[in-house]
Amino acid sequence: MQKTVMGYRRPNGAVGIRNHVVIIPVDDISNAAVEAVASKIPGTLALSHPYGRLQYGKDLELHFRTLIGTGCNANVAAAIVIGIEANWSKKVAEGIAETGKPVAWFSIEGQGELETVRQACWKAQEFVQYATELNREPVPVSDMIISIKCGESDTTTGLASCPTVGKVVDELIDMGATVLFGETSELTGGEHLIAERCATPDVRERFLKTFHDYVSFIENQDADLLGSQPTQGNIAGGLSTIEEKAMGNIEKTGTKPVVGVLEPAQAPTVKGLNFMDTSSAAAECVTLMAAAGAVLHFFPTGQGNIVGNPIEPVVKLTGNPKTAQCMKEHIDVDVSGLLSYEINLPQAAEQLSEVMVRTMNGRFTMAEALGHREFVLTKLYPSA
Amino acid sequence: MHKFLIHKQGDFVGVATRDIEANEAVTGVFMDDNSTVEVVARQAVPLGHKIALESLDYGADVVEYGQVIGYASTGWQRGDYVHTHNLKSKRW
Repeated sequence: MQKTVMGYRRPNGAVGIRNHVVIIPVDDISNAAVEAVASKIPGTLALSHPYGRLQYGKDLELHFRTLIGTGCNANVAAAIVIGIEANWSKKVAEGIAETGKPVAWFSIEGQGELETVRQACWKAQEFVQYATELNREPVPVSDMIISIKCGESDTTTGLASCPTVGKVVDELIDMGATVLFGETSELTGGEHLIAERCATPDVRERFLKTFHDYVSFIENQDADLLGSQPTQGNIAGGLSTIEEKAMGNIEKTGTKPVVGVLEPAQAPTVKGLNFMDTSSAAAECVTLMAAAGAVLHFFPTGQGNIVGNPIEPVVKLTGNPKTAQCMKEHIDVDVSGLLSYEINLPQAAEQLSEVMVRTMNGRFTMAEALGHREFVLTKLYPSA
Repeated sequence: MHKFLIHKQGDFVGVATRDIEANEAVTGVFMDDNSTVEVVARQAVPLGHKIALESLDYGADVVEYGQVIGYASTGWQRGDYVHTHNLKSKRW
């Protein structure tokens, strides 16, 4: 695998592969202002979302951690934060500013929405000019955080696309990179396999507590989960039980030890394979991983999940020959040859590595070229 | 040409890599050692769906990937189509 690519080194040393200028709303009612700025100033990216009012406790902490983490991501060159009130807007901006990248914040109350848009446009223009003067430079892949999560899985996921990702993940870890996996509920039936790979008793204990807490929460909703986990699409693709889905899912984590257990959107502190507590819903999970610093995502799919992300490029691969054909506008790497034995696993991994390197060097993924920018915040409970 | 794959020796089910027709004699390959097995499909099995390699009684654990993935919620025979109608989660 190629060890160096052309990327961006941020002031805090973090390495990214995209150069976004993001406009982040603190709350739902600031989306219109954020979108007005993004539509006026080309080269900026509005990250609209539906939350940020009357949240409290752990849910509010997660909200801030996700917005700040998104701005801190090394794929982001500069950020503008707009909220209705000053204090929360300032808090998000100050969190992002710790990276040393250019950040500005505006609040609407007291000066009005149009005046806020006017001021933010001036700043956005300045930031776009700053970002477009930054040059790509040689950066080691080992300095990057990569995330993995599969979706609309079927049995080909476990036979082909997830093992392909697992092999590349092993190579990335050997190289010294950091990889994030999550999907807590989707480990059900295979949690013992992850627990066995935890590097220390402390990591194992934290992993098992996280897993059992999440599954207890789901089971306490008193609902029939067949049709949700596995999903209707999973079942149509041949997966019969959550345990079977988990086995395929776990294939993509490779074989290396699990060195860290992270809260949702929490940045890893130890290099290597880290577990993050996340939903298994694609957009929520990828959004949390990007907020934790992931700059590229591997997304194995069976039946054809079409998710993208505004911050990190999502590289999609499938082992299902029907999906590779009928949804080819979304498939970056077709590894269906593994099912027919036309290619072997090292060859499939080589294909994925090659596309990874091209993506890191700047080539758009299918999801990027199609404009998929799903930014979905995780909400833990109702607002006050 | 094989029409299904089995993750590991000892698994009770294989996964169709092409659509399989009822009464068709099909070859499967074990992915861990590339050995092969022949099974006559008792029903049609679409690509991605499972075919039984072992006859099982009601309630027996079902093994795939060398792990328990659920239990047989009806008895079944070698060659049967295996899915949610005869395989249930042990978790929820």
